[in-house]
Amino acid sequence: MGQINIAGQMIDINDEGYLTDAKQWNQDVASELAKEEGIDLTDTHMELIKFLRENFESGSELTIRKVGKSGIVDIKGFYQLFPKKPLKLASRISGIPKPTSCI
Amino acid sequence: MKVTDDKPVKAKENEDLALKKVCIICAKGAIEDVYASLVMANGAVMEGIEASLFFTFFGLDAITKKRMNKLHTGTLGNPAMRMPGGVPFPSLLGLLPGVEAGVSTMMMKQMEALDIPPVDEFLDMITAGGGEVYACKLGTDMFKLKKEDLCDHVKDIITIGQFYELAAGDRTQIIFT
Repeated sequence: MGQINIAGQMIDINDEGYLTDAKQWNQDVASELAKEEGIDLTDTHMELIKFLRENFESGSELTIRKVGKSGIVDIKGFYQLFPKKPLKLASRISGIPKPTSCI
Repeated sequence: MKVTDDKPVKAKENEDLALKKVCIICAKGAIEDVYASLVMANGAVMEGIEASLFFTFFGLDAITKKRMNKLHTGTLGNPAMRMPGGVPFPSLLGLLPGVEAGVSTMMMKQMEALDIPPVDEFLDMITAGGGEVYACKLGTDMFKLKKEDLCDHVKDIITIGQFYELAAGDRTQIIFT
């Protein structure tokens, strides 16, 4: 457990860098976390982040297949937007917990 | 609670030790064998690990157009098989016509409920993430399969020598399911 200072706000994060309270998230937090990963957030990124947060709030388990069926981006596009570890990276930037599904 | 300005991303420290590549061999064509390979390959690309899938012998069913979405699980000789509710599955029941197909359909339904896709869609997901799919030269010769019998995900038909070339480099693991 630790805290980071983003845009003057103290954010609680865990050892792996995921927010521990999704309510502390805002767009500045997303931009800052994305910047750390070398990503400039576009409108498509933001649309996906919104989708991921809504999925989290609905309590359903997140899978990469769900993202592919979101209608926002296909799976190939998802890998381009959030390179290497798309689901983990996107979850971290979206301020939601690390994905627990195997898919 | 500790207050720190450092990025407490422990995972980053371990990045130099992380797996770089997995080469997965699928030699069997039952649902559980094929899906073990697919889940591992997809899981690898989602972690930023390069993945090559090598299908050989009966595993070739998983990349043969006509068969890939009709895989079965064996109902004979599987002591772990259970009826719904957990009662042991009587071995002789597995002999009856249609039982294997029924059990297989049920398995696929259960997996769909967990958002696990059919074989062709799973291969789409793996290749979308940069994973590569290969067929075994010896296996395809033996089963008289040509490139056009195999699904479009298959990058090439290769020999075991070429497979080992793919596996070259440190931090590579070869996994045989």
